[in-house]
Amino acid sequence: MANNGGSSYKSNSATERLYNGLVKENPTFVLMLGMCPTLAVTTSAVNGLGMGLTTMVVLALSNMIISLLRNIIPDKVRIPAFIVVIASFVTMVELLLEGFLPALYDALGLYIPLIVVNCIILGRAESYASKNPVIPSLFDGIGMGLGFSFALTCIGAVRELVGAGEIFGLHIMPDGYVPCAIFIMAPGAFFVLAGLTALQNKIRIQGEKKGKDMSKIQSGCSEDCMNCGEKGCSHRFYGASDGNGGETGKSSGRQGQAGKDGKGRG
Amino acid sequence: MVKELLIILISSSLVNNVVLSQFLGLCPFLGVSKKTNTAAGMGVAVIFVITLASAVAGVIYQFVLKTLGITYLQTIVFILVIAALVQFVEMFLKKFMPSLYQALGVYLPLITTNCAVLGIALTNVQKKYGILTGVVNGFATAVGFTISIVILAGIREKMEYNDIPESFKGMPIVLVTAGLMAIAFCGFSGLL
Repeated sequence: MANNGGSSYKSNSATERLYNGLVKENPTFVLMLGMCPTLAVTTSAVNGLGMGLTTMVVLALSNMIISLLRNIIPDKVRIPAFIVVIASFVTMVELLLEGFLPALYDALGLYIPLIVVNCIILGRAESYASKNPVIPSLFDGIGMGLGFSFALTCIGAVRELVGAGEIFGLHIMPDGYVPCAIFIMAPGAFFVLAGLTALQNKIRIQGEKKGKDMSKIQSGCSEDCMNCGEKGCSHRFYGASDGNGGETGKSSGRQGQAGKDGKGRG
Repeated sequence: MVKELLIILISSSLVNNVVLSQFLGLCPFLGVSKKTNTAAGMGVAVIFVITLASAVAGVIYQFVLKTLGITYLQTIVFILVIAALVQFVEMFLKKFMPSLYQALGVYLPLITTNCAVLGIALTNVQKKYGILTGVVNGFATAVGFTISIVILAGIREKMEYNDIPESFKGMPIVLVTAGLMAIAFCGFSGLL
């Protein structure tokens, strides 16, 4: 599909993919994608870890299948096709969680089926798996998933520590500490994320002063998650910035103009 | 019946606000809230799409998925139906209601399958709402979205001229604002 997209990759080794997902392009800390689940489920470190690992499983498997099918799926219907693949895995994972980990299933609730609309998954399918061989795609999914899990666990741990004085259910704060319960409620999620984005901004500003390319570091995504593929978020991923979003966006028959309109206002 | 619907109306729009307490539809909430009028346009488009989508998803769930006993396929079916529906609405408005299309057209593709749209369809199933209740719930949720995005846009317009620390410019200060709004909306929990 996207012509020479693959030629710019220097290395596709498994370790490089894992490093990329965990550090270089960490979906939460660097790219700030998939914010809805990030805010909603990080009320404790366990929930964050659970959500992260669930997403990782879906991401790795869907990346693998999409990569296997990348030469079969016609370009025009690729986004719906990706969505069907992703939604199938999400359904499987949801049923498995319901059966074997009911406590986690109850804690995550609605956000398990909503993994379907997580920008990271569709973004990876569009920007990586649909252009690369199976094994690197699988490891790419695992790397991104680990990065996401790591980030969610950290955010969850911070919120749990401040809001309840514990991490993973272990009491950590001294006895005199009065938990600031707002941090495990909805407003706390916004405040923690605000702190995180402020930190990110600071790092970016400092990096730019030193003349480094910090264009990848951005806060938030103004697009609809499902437009990820077309000029939405996926162009911020590694190697997908060669401007093919425009043409391929049109060819998918819908949302072609969405990205542009979004950009105009954004 | 009417009382039940009223309760749903208030709880979905104010008490359990879709953005500020459930974190659905966060992308447009943060992205399209720079100006009040674009925010209002987005809000109206969201009301339109969510109400329609919850009606269609409700009908499909009750008459197709339930009858065939394949409710486990709901996620896949809903997302495809919603994506197709928005596409269809866009074409329909373009052809038959050009003036409405002019007003909403820009926003429609942006909310094709916004997490909120799928989220409401799934919530309606989870809470075992019927079709009418589901539609009311969808409408109320979307109204809640509109209220919060318009308020945020208003605050952001005022904030333009404020002196904000360098690293808090842009997204961080918007998130702080959203957090404060979420605290304010917590006050509504006493309503019911």
